[in-house]
Amino acid sequence: MIRLPLVLVFSAVLFSAGVYGVLARRNAVLVLMSIELMLNAVTVNLVGFSSLWRNLTGQVFGLFIIAVAAAEVGIGLAIVILIFRNRETINVDEVNLLKW
Amino acid sequence: MTAQEYAFTVLAVVGSIGAVAVVTARNVVHAALYLVVTLGAVGGAYLVLAAEFVAWVQILIYVGAIVILFLFGLMLTKAPIGREALDNQQRGVAAFVAIGVLVGLVFLINDAFDLTTAQRMPAFDGDTASVGSAIFSGYVLPFEAVSFLLLAALIGAVVLARRDDSS
Repeated sequence: MIRLPLVLVFSAVLFSAGVYGVLARRNAVLVLMSIELMLNAVTVNLVGFSSLWRNLTGQVFGLFIIAVAAAEVGIGLAIVILIFRNRETINVDEVNLLKW
Repeated sequence: MTAQEYAFTVLAVVGSIGAVAVVTARNVVHAALYLVVTLGAVGGAYLVLAAEFVAWVQILIYVGAIVILFLFGLMLTKAPIGREALDNQQRGVAAFVAIGVLVGLVFLINDAFDLTTAQRMPAFDGDTASVGSAIFSGYVLPFEAVSFLLLAALIGAVVLARRDDSS
């Protein structure tokens, strides 16, 4: 027995912390960590609504989000290590080759 | 308040403090360890919501695999220490945007569900057996798509990170 807004507010706090991290951090690995926080916020919402509607779809898609997050971290860290090998830095504001 | 609400509130407070510590820590390794606290608290929150399989997958995949990947990433790249090295110059704007997002979301949640008078949800037991039969009956196609995505990510990570000998 739990009130849904409690779950949603927890998710909102996690999401806002992730937004702050993505905007304020320079280090690419820390930006990826903040993205993980936002993905977790979405999964918390899905599980909460799954509990509200008594339907397993939310939990199933929560599992899919965890799998996609694992794939995203693998590719993201591969790219970060590649950038570090070429540029000797992983600060996102110094990697501006595609910026116009 | 019910016992579940007390337990969820404690986990939510621990997880929120950990999340704020992740984005404000001055040492990158500390940020990764705070991430463990947050992800563990979120896993506990899934248990309180009776989503046992999602909770254990969260602990296994996030705490067991993804955080280890992050620590390897920090080890292989030079990890500087200090606020100026880790944060850019837009910290004030970022804090403004994040607090704006939080206030907007809480306002919308209050508008839709009414924070004080919302009904308590009866416990929904999403046990592992029913989650498994849901994945392998109604959601087989997305499940196969996810496994294909993981294969593509595996090959992509190997191709990206491997040293090119020809050049």
